[in-house]
Amino acid sequence: MAVAKKVIHPLDKYLRSDRLPHIWCPGCGIGIALAAMLRGIDRRIREGKLDRNKLVFVTGIGCSARVSFYVDFDSAHTLHGRAIPFATGVKLANPSLEVIVVGGDGDIAGIGGNHLLHAARRNMDLFVVMITNFVYAMTGGQLAPTTPLRVYTTTTPYGNPEPPLNVIKLVASLNANYVARASVTTPHYIESFTYKALGMKGFRFLEVVSTCPEVYGRHIGLRNPVAMLEELKKRVIYKAHPVVDESDIDWDKGIVIGEYVVRNNPSYLDLIKRG
Amino acid sequence: MAQALVKPKIPVEKQVLMTVNGNEAVAYAVKQSLVDVVAAYPITPQTIIVEKFSEFVANGEVDTVFVPVESEHSAMSACVGAAAAGARVFTATSSQGLALMVEILYIASALRLPIVMAVANRALSAPINIHNDHSDAYLMRDAGWIQLFAENVQEAYDTTIQAFKIAEDERVLLPVAVNLDGFFLSHTLENIYMLPDESVREFLGGYRRVSKVKVDYFDEEVPLALNPARPLSFGNLDLYDYYFEHKVQQVEAMKSVPEVVREVNEEWFKLTGRRYGDGIMDGYGIEDADIILLAMGSGAGTMRSVVRKLRREGLRVGLLKLRMFRPFPFKDIADKLKNAKLVAVMEKGISPGSYGPLFLEVNTALYELKERPLLVNYIYGLGGRDLVPDMVENMVKGLFKELETGLVQPRLRYLGVRE
Ligand SMILES: Cc1ncc(C[n+]2csc(CCOP(=O)(O)OP(=O)(O)O)c2C)c(N)n1
Ligand code: SF4
Repeated sequence: MAVAKKVIHPLDKYLRSDRLPHIWCPGCGIGIALAAMLRGIDRRIREGKLDRNKLVFVTGIGCSARVSFYVDFDSAHTLHGRAIPFATGVKLANPSLEVIVVGGDGDIAGIGGNHLLHAARRNMDLFVVMITNFVYAMTGGQLAPTTPLRVYTTTTPYGNPEPPLNVIKLVASLNANYVARASVTTPHYIESFTYKALGMKGFRFLEVVSTCPEVYGRHIGLRNPVAMLEELKKRVIYKAHPVVDESDIDWDKGIVIGEYVVRNNPSYLDLIKRG
Repeated sequence: MAQALVKPKIPVEKQVLMTVNGNEAVAYAVKQSLVDVVAAYPITPQTIIVEKFSEFVANGEVDTVFVPVESEHSAMSACVGAAAAGARVFTATSSQGLALMVEILYIASALRLPIVMAVANRALSAPINIHNDHSDAYLMRDAGWIQLFAENVQEAYDTTIQAFKIAEDERVLLPVAVNLDGFFLSHTLENIYMLPDESVREFLGGYRRVSKVKVDYFDEEVPLALNPARPLSFGNLDLYDYYFEHKVQQVEAMKSVPEVVREVNEEWFKLTGRRYGDGIMDGYGIEDADIILLAMGSGAGTMRSVVRKLRREGLRVGLLKLRMFRPFPFKDIADKLKNAKLVAVMEKGISPGSYGPLFLEVNTALYELKERPLLVNYIYGLGGRDLVPDMVENMVKGLFKELETGLVQPRLRYLGVRE
């Protein structure tokens, strides 16, 4: 008689628990983001709208990209920056799959930025979740394209002189059907935006503002995970109908979360089918 | 490392003893080498080089522009641009980062730009692995770069400074990759001697001086660098009319490299009291050896200690450490190996479907000999697997037994892999 897997947590059924403990630092926000995403996925599966055997996770390299290692779905851990083209190949080869890309801000918008741009332009049928922790965390906290001005990192020891990239604005300016932002301080929005995105076609983009107490926290003087989460929470402002112009991430003025773009443009698969 | 008989210009008492890891040693060497531009992207196990260097930049300790670019492709592109404008340029990378750079590596060498790059050697994906082997260095084998390998942290420091001198020599004008084994050297602390800043400055002759060339449009020779006042252009379309000649010139430039590497090694010896064989290779106990191990990088250190022990036990075994892999010193290597009965080429990389790249070169080198030693290829240490002295000892003893029987088969072997 086969021994059933002992369930310790309701999401265990979606995790490769033999891979645990995970590599994330204590207090890292990525776990919160993953759990909330899985709850959104779980709702779609329980509704019968999504088949867990048709779900594929594709990630690049980084702390955030590590999720593909822990989820019990088909998954591919590819190259730093290249998850989107890999996922595009998966989707085009078998359009019946639901393909989810997860990655850090460096992975998705830095080294892989060109792929992001063109996947959004094509309205490629992918759900991309970018976990923004404002640094290259896995390699020890170097400047990322999202690092705010003046922040200290290991490659900008006297403060970052470069203005950051607002990825919401970038993706919204293209042909993506869904552009939203949530934060690890509001996991219910990560869950509901994931749920919503998985019921849509075309390019769907979710930015999750996360906490990296180990590296970024050290840089900005918030080494304590609880303190960092609380400081982020103070700055996060939910809006039911935010506009793209208010999407700049500003630690002093606040970080607006919500659904910036919801539309139903023809997706890439619609377009090629029409010929 | 040989001891100086003549007192060096800067004796050790005047050198600075520091405890640093390989990455920091490289960062200090770059700091002292008056580099104008550093462009880099983080990747383990190289990252510390650039982090340490950005500290020097931020502290105003160097006069260098540091560009934290968005990928390695951009890093090498920025280096090419800066070097073409006449700057002394440095970058560092590893594994996947080097793989992403490949397109521009070929451009750097063909444009004859004396860029120096440290490669903290790491295995290539897939599966992803952050530990050491030489698959990344072998990946750039045909890119037209000079490739030097360091055995320890001291050598990584010394070689980095020497690399600028070699690259910028008018007879050479080619980019140089300084390889140091990831983690084994990049992250391992060692006490090393560093030169005072002024001595490095003097050794390199100050900031980069761009060599002059004769071009069609100007009567006088002009510096080979971009300058709007007397425009030159780099990398133009070059079809079947001239491409071939330009490629041959690039290949020819490699011919001067061994001579320059030897000179720089000697000059360094006079300055510091340290040298690495003749700069190209360094033999230990090879004169009377029946079996010679040939290796590059930190593994040579482990092998030397085993060879020393076995020689004390009376076994005629030697080690030839190769420091320069590109250009490959065919003739010198054949000379050094010709009297051995058997040569074991030890390497941390393989070309699937063939042998290790180093083995292929040695095989070619020995072809010129009338009587050749037997040749076997041991692949070891892939993905960071440790090379344990016992392993080497058993291997050597086994080879002596095989020699007695006269049957040395197969030629391709793995050391330290599970069956
Ligand atoms: C081509 C290439 N360059 C560099 C690296 C090294 N590297 C691994 S993860 C990473 C950055 C991680 O930052 P991010 O994508 O923002 O994810 P995070 O770790 O912050 O979640 C880098 C530079 C690599 N794996 N491949
Ligand atoms: S380094 Fe930062 S992002 Fe990576 S696991 Fe640790 S806390 Fe999380």
